[in-house]
Amino acid sequence: MFLEYFNYWIVVFLMMAGFYIVIAHDNLIKKIVGLNIFQASVFVLYISFGKITGGTAPIIAEGFSVYSNPLPHVLILTAIVVGVATTALGLALVVRINEAYGTIEDDEIHKADEEED
Amino acid sequence: MVAHFPALLVIIPLIGAPICMLVRVRDWSWAVATICTWASFAISWLLLQQVISDGSISYQMGGWAPPIGIEYRIDMANAFVMLIVTGIGSVIMPYARESVRAEYGVRRVYFFYTSYLLCFCGLLGVAATGDAFNLFVFLEINSLATYVLVGMGKDRRALTAAYQYLVLGTIGATFIVIGIGLLYAETGTLNMYDLADRIEKVGASRTIGAAFAFLVVGISLKLALFPLHLWLPNAYTYAPSMVSAFLAATATKVAVYVLLRFLFSVFNIELTFDVLPLDYIFAALAVIAMFAASTVAIFQENLKRMLAYSSVAQIGYIVLGISLHNAAGVTASVLHLFNHAIIKGGMFLALGCIVYRLGTVNIHHLQGIGRRMPLTTAALVTGGLGLIGVPLTAGFVSKWYLVIAAIEKGWWPLGLLVLLSSLLAVVYVWRIVEVAYMKPVPENAEQVEEAPSSLLFPTFILIGASIYFGIDTDLPLDAAIETAKQLTGNGE
Amino acid sequence: MTSSTAIAFAIGVPLLGTLLILLHKRYPNIREAITLGTAATLFLIVLSILPEVLAGERPNLTFIEFLPGISIAFEVEPLGMLFAMIASGLWIVTTFYSIGYMRGHHEKNQTRFYACFAIAISSTMGICFAGNMLTLFIFYEVLTLSTYPLVAHHQSPEAKAAGRVYLGILIGTSIGFLLLAILWTWHLTGTLDFEEGGILSGKADGPLAGILLFLYMYGIGKAALMPIHRWLPAAMVAPTPVSALLHAVAVVKAGVFSVVKVIVYIFGTDFLSSIHHDDWLMYVAAFTLVAASCVALTKDNLKARLAYSTISQLSYVILGAALATSAGVLGSGMHIAMHAFGKITLFFCAGAIMVASHKTEISQMDGLGRRMPFTFIAFAIGAMCVIGLPPMGGSWSKWYLMVGSADAGHFIFIIVLIISSLLNVAYLLPIVGRGFFRPAPPETNDGNHQDHSHAGIKEAPAFCLFAMAISSAGCIALFFFADRIIKLLEPVAKAAG
Repeated sequence: MFLEYFNYWIVVFLMMAGFYIVIAHDNLIKKIVGLNIFQASVFVLYISFGKITGGTAPIIAEGFSVYSNPLPHVLILTAIVVGVATTALGLALVVRINEAYGTIEDDEIHKADEEED
Repeated sequence: MVAHFPALLVIIPLIGAPICMLVRVRDWSWAVATICTWASFAISWLLLQQVISDGSISYQMGGWAPPIGIEYRIDMANAFVMLIVTGIGSVIMPYARESVRAEYGVRRVYFFYTSYLLCFCGLLGVAATGDAFNLFVFLEINSLATYVLVGMGKDRRALTAAYQYLVLGTIGATFIVIGIGLLYAETGTLNMYDLADRIEKVGASRTIGAAFAFLVVGISLKLALFPLHLWLPNAYTYAPSMVSAFLAATATKVAVYVLLRFLFSVFNIELTFDVLPLDYIFAALAVIAMFAASTVAIFQENLKRMLAYSSVAQIGYIVLGISLHNAAGVTASVLHLFNHAIIKGGMFLALGCIVYRLGTVNIHHLQGIGRRMPLTTAALVTGGLGLIGVPLTAGFVSKWYLVIAAIEKGWWPLGLLVLLSSLLAVVYVWRIVEVAYMKPVPENAEQVEEAPSSLLFPTFILIGASIYFGIDTDLPLDAAIETAKQLTGNGE
Repeated sequence: MTSSTAIAFAIGVPLLGTLLILLHKRYPNIREAITLGTAATLFLIVLSILPEVLAGERPNLTFIEFLPGISIAFEVEPLGMLFAMIASGLWIVTTFYSIGYMRGHHEKNQTRFYACFAIAISSTMGICFAGNMLTLFIFYEVLTLSTYPLVAHHQSPEAKAAGRVYLGILIGTSIGFLLLAILWTWHLTGTLDFEEGGILSGKADGPLAGILLFLYMYGIGKAALMPIHRWLPAAMVAPTPVSALLHAVAVVKAGVFSVVKVIVYIFGTDFLSSIHHDDWLMYVAAFTLVAASCVALTKDNLKARLAYSTISQLSYVILGAALATSAGVLGSGMHIAMHAFGKITLFFCAGAIMVASHKTEISQMDGLGRRMPFTFIAFAIGAMCVIGLPPMGGSWSKWYLMVGSADAGHFIFIIVLIISSLLNVAYLLPIVGRGFFRPAPPETNDGNHQDHSHAGIKEAPAFCLFAMAISSAGCIALFFFADRIIKLLEPVAKAAG
């Protein structure tokens, strides 16, 4: 059973790992890394259930009658682009935060904020 | 041309955004943004009229037939929501010119208006589309633009607020995409109306249940339903004034629409409320939101933060109406969507006027402001009366329907709780009244005059609307009743 | 003009007056003249509706359909007619008094005062003429909000605290209880219109009706049933014309008027007496009657004593309505009129004493009557009206209340009414007695440089005296014209019988 659903176990593992990193780490860049891992798990999920047993790559060719579903691939490309945009934006924010606060550790930023009004 | 209105509604702002990026002469980008917003408002008004007279409109993007092609389906629910979004945007744009110039500086406003148009386009796309994945794409377009807008606040805490919003918002969006993926895995389609048919046939399998859970959690995060509201106070507080007003009036409302669409149209009512006990969960969370958020609002010193927590409470009212899932309850929710949008939008605009003159909205620095800026304070207090739900304001009509819905369902204690939490709103609104009017002006206060008319005029349009629609309730009420009928009746 | 337009004008004219008052901020004499002119116009407009109501008609006006099935609608019936006449008539009198008081006391923010007064009167007219419970609720809330600036007028810390109590209790009860009751009634019956015989009979059974009655009675916080009476003494911090308005003309009368309307036109007196769940209301009203009178005895501050007296007198009206007999309802309606004139006279005197002599405690007022004879005579007249002694109008209303108690078979309330009258004597007449017959405190110079004597005190300002004269005359006149009031209220009483 484990081997049959190996992909989905990976999905679960990556999702939890990514989520944990987002919550547990204070470093802002590491949080973004965690987000990326979290989103990667979703990519694996989509691609996994796009695969049809016995299907080949979804390119029409002679001699093949069963193809894998191309739609999830398309969806995932979109989601990857969204993920890249999010990462870029997040990192840009981190650069600005570093300029403003001098640090990218969450707890230090909180302390600096509390001292302000 | 008329046949393409659903698409034009979304495309006009989308094209306007890169044009803004290119127009760098003074603040002509503001003019581009305003023209796009007003054009969208005109189109959404015409669409609403068409839906009222002819019924739902189905538009095929690029001529590709659904369910493979992307379909834009405009019925009463999204026509109304799009009217709210474009309407608020149109009123705020004249306000934005002076306000953004003051807070952001003239030279780089084109960045601001580019992001604004992307945000605006995203909201409209979410509302118009009938395809689940297309909804996710527009939702992310909107969210990313919102993170940028929030981060443009003057205070450096706007950056951390934007970052926090980014992390939480992305998690929410990812949950939504997981949900959509699971739905696709089970049914093989992404068109929302096709999904509805297929889900009915499949019934409540484990995959559907998991998809439902992911979707509800993800949407609730975008909606700021307690306890997933943590991003909201910081985002609203530190964003530029115009952005706070625009977000408060539109972002969460569109998320409510998404929730309604999924709960009632995609998943049918039996699945949502009978098989899974969503009504109890939502009702409990809504009541906690109403009381906890109102109570926290009472103790805030920063008025923007106070109104942000008040928004969380008001969203609690909306979700409470959904949890009742009878016609009156959904009517109350949709009605409060409209009413809260104009009330909160107006109040944040009034706060923006104060920021424009005084540079702060800390309640301790606002002593005697009723005398220094009488018109602005009057607008703020009138909006506050709407939050309390005093008769002759729009807030009263929503509360009326909400309590009636609770009584009709037999859950009258909920009705009593709604009324009791309104009393909490009295406390925080009256804090503003007492500081503004009862305290004398401090001697060393700077001389400020009333806000300029380009800021006051939109504020009064929105606050005036909240009084007008509190007396002549035809437009929003008819729309809300029709929406509720369509959503709860047969789910389209 | 037709009666329907008269109704619209009755609500609109004071609002127009507000606008004009605000525009003439810098011209006090014109501003006061505008107030007087508006008040006189309003009184005439209200009077014009009277003939139709006496003939048995019910002029009505529907303004706008607010929600599907409910409109903001007005319908004039005898009780509302009576209240409207009292309110508009006494506004003229109170304006005279205010001119004297506000100028004599050198009060600030007079424009705001007159403007809010006008808005409050406009909303009172709305309450008088309301044709359904929703319209009444809307104007009830507007009244609360428009009188808040009047209560907190001085903007001192005490005024702020009093304002909080005032607003907190009134809005708390109206949103928490009254609105819930209204929504529930709407849910049960599908209508909120005031109808003879009530709309709830047959739709609500015993315990449910009892709960609804509780929600209505405690939701109408302006009627000051114990224990939600605290706002009344707290509002004493306001200037005296405001107290006169609150305690005689608009706010408390709106409260008990709403109570009577709810009992007669929403519940219906037959329905109410048949379910026996209104007994608790009678006992609470009776308790409030006596308890408030006892507290009044202990108060040395004149305005506080009058405040508790008002709480007690309001429960007379509630008791009369709760008895659910025709004589009881008649007594209630009459008492609204009698108490209005009596109490406003008393408050006018209290304010006059304050302006002329700066004294607020009764113990300081020994012998003051000889210096301010006119004021103290007016006080005596007002006191007798409130106590219920002939030849003042109050005796009629007390009589009918006692008859009503007998009709309902509750003889204990007759005893309660008698005890209360004795208590009224005990806390009102000694003030007059001490004023005239006790010697004034001697001229002293104790360490605090306070001179408790009455050296140099003259009578109250002329405008105040004029107002007092009219209201005292009204007390006496009402005794002789009581039959007119009875004729006006006959249809209501018959509906209750």
